[in-house]
Amino acid sequence: MSKLDDKKTDQKGQEDGVRGFIILFFIIGLFASLIVGWMIFPSLLYSKKKQPIDFNHVLHVEAVDQGCESCHYIREDGSFSGVPKLAQCVDCHEEVQGEDPEEAKFVNEYVAEGKEVPWLVYSRQPDCVFFSHVTHTKMAEMDCATCHGAIGESEHSKIYEQNRISGYSRDIWGKNIAGFKKNTWDRMKMDDCSECHVKNHVRQASVQTKKGGCFVCHK
Amino acid sequence: MKEEHKHIKAKKYGMVIDLDKCTGCGACMVACMAENNVPFKEDETDKLLSITWLRIYKLTNGKPFPETDICYLPRPCMHCEGQHGHAPCVSVCPATVTDYDMETGIVSQIYTRCFGCRYCMAACPYHARYFNWWDPVWPEGMEKYLNPNVSPRMRGVVEKCSFCFPRYQVAKDKAMAEGRREVEEHEYQTACTQACPAGAITFGDLNNPKHAVYKLKMSPNAFRLLERLGTNPKVYYISSREWVRRSGDNYLANEVKIKKL
Ligand code: HEC
Ligand code: HEC
Ligand code: HEC
Ligand code: HEC
Ligand code: HEC
Repeated sequence: MSKLDDKKTDQKGQEDGVRGFIILFFIIGLFASLIVGWMIFPSLLYSKKKQPIDFNHVLHVEAVDQGCESCHYIREDGSFSGVPKLAQCVDCHEEVQGEDPEEAKFVNEYVAEGKEVPWLVYSRQPDCVFFSHVTHTKMAEMDCATCHGAIGESEHSKIYEQNRISGYSRDIWGKNIAGFKKNTWDRMKMDDCSECHVKNHVRQASVQTKKGGCFVCHK
Repeated sequence: MKEEHKHIKAKKYGMVIDLDKCTGCGACMVACMAENNVPFKEDETDKLLSITWLRIYKLTNGKPFPETDICYLPRPCMHCEGQHGHAPCVSVCPATVTDYDMETGIVSQIYTRCFGCRYCMAACPYHARYFNWWDPVWPEGMEKYLNPNVSPRMRGVVEKCSFCFPRYQVAKDKAMAEGRREVEEHEYQTACTQACPAGAITFGDLNNPKHAVYKLKMSPNAFRLLERLGTNPKVYYISSREWVRRSGDNYLANEVKIKKL
């Protein structure tokens, strides 16, 4: 009897040990996949690139006389000038005027060669999206920072992160992988445009969605 | 801001095509393909595989000489309103790719959303929709001539005439730069309208009495294609010839009077 009992408890002990291992491995596996899924994969998903030239907004906004509009303005036909072309820089940068190595690089590699700087646009939307600055900055009188954050007050160009699969900038879908948004400029995906449009009743005339028609923001 | 938006009246963009003027030259088709980055292949002999947002059909009255008569009929997308915007294609799309905008009356197609089931092609009674069997291949150097305002399509999606809607977006931007919200009639015209040497195509807001189409569509010689299906299309045709008007729909042999809807 007692021997039998011993055997049983032995077996039970072994089973407990096995179960313990299974639970342990399960927990380790769970944490490993959580770490991979939430931390390693997102960082692998995006490649990081530096702008060709590190640009100082603060310094330049002081140097020019019309603020942002000296470089980013609405053209007469309603289109937006975007990131400035070389022609807008040469007046001041025909020759190196300071000590900054970035300026020397800019003048020697681009101005002297007459080559446009291949700036990376953080907010670049997919091809199928139509966006209009004049609507938002002139008609709706919105601040640049509402959508772009503090880029206008930055002293260095931030790192550009590109999604390896879609090729889109990380600023579109945002940094927070759980999907939380603290500031209006944290991301600018379809739902973010739409959220504000619903609030402001911007052409909510779609038959399918009862919200904004697709051709308001698509082309 | 809200008040201002309310003042914008709903538009209903549409077209009136005068078939008496159309010579079938095809300038509208060419202009359309260039404007909208419509892909083409080296061998375009199989028309079932071609993509033509705007296509010209040749109608004949089927009579022997000397009564033989022909008529050319350009066919864009009809931008059907159906009942309350439920166009045939909009109703069947399982993915909300195609949509009807109550403010412009335009049936949109978002290519990136389309997965190519082609229900809409089956539903469209006008064959206005086309499927991309291949990725577009542009002849060397031609990518530089593509229109940046029109997004390109890829293999496996359906496309169709948009009434050159990106031109409206651009026109609206210009209007806003000048402090206006409304776009004038001449500021938004389709590529085919402007290309037609005979002036057969008129484009504008069917709701606006100041636009040319408003009056033209009320001509006693005006008709629409397959009206009796209830698709409520926004493209009107005008012809002084009875047989042409009759070929716009299916009539019984003994049916004499064309009922105007
Ligand atoms: C001397 C010209 C100049 C002036 C003045 C200027 N910018 Fe810029 N801006 C640039 C250049 C060059 C870039 C591209 C480099 C970069 O992104 O860092 C840029 C990029 C930007 C971008 C990033 C766009 C994107 O998505 O990639 C924003 C936003 C911006 N500027 C906002 C502003 C605001 C706001 C002001 C006024 C406070 C301003 N800029 C004044 C030259 C200028
Ligand atoms: C109104 C004149 C003016 C214009 C226009 C201007 N800059 Fe500058 N830039 C300056 C001045 C002043 C400095 C400071 C030079 C020094 O170091 O003393 C400077 C410095 C720089 C530097 C080095 C500091 C930094 O930003 O990292 C770069 C790079 C530069 N500019 C790029 C540009 C580019 C690109 C454009 C065109 C979009 C441009 N600048 C247009 C006046 C101008
Ligand atoms: C409603 C949100 C919004 C506001 C407000 C806004 N932008 Fe943008 N901006 C965007 C979006 C979206 C894009 C990307 C457009 C695209 O890819 O077609 C963009 C693109 C840009 C670019 C790069 C464009 C290019 O093609 O080179 C610059 C520079 C820029 N914005 C500057 C500004 C400045 C300066 C202001 C303030 C006067 C401003 N933006 C206000 C949303 C906004
Ligand atoms: C913070 C609010 C806000 C955000 C974010 C926003 N919009 Fe808007 N948008 C507006 C308002 C307000 C208007 C109406 C402007 C007017 O006509 O006064 C508007 C108008 C427009 C129009 C013109 C519609 C017309 O009248 O034809 C387009 C196009 C547009 N937005 C696209 C976008 C896109 C694309 C995005 C996202 C990248 C976006 N918007 C993000 C507020 C916003
Ligand atoms: C308020 C503006 C707005 C409206 C209205 C809107 N979209 Fe979008 N859409 C966007 C923006 C901005 C993006 C790009 C950012 C993103 O991926 O979310 C986008 C992206 C998309 C994409 C993915 C494209 C890609 O290449 O990644 C699809 C598909 C799409 N939209 C379909 C639709 C359809 C269908 C409708 C109508 C029912 C619609 N959208 C209405 C703004 C809008």
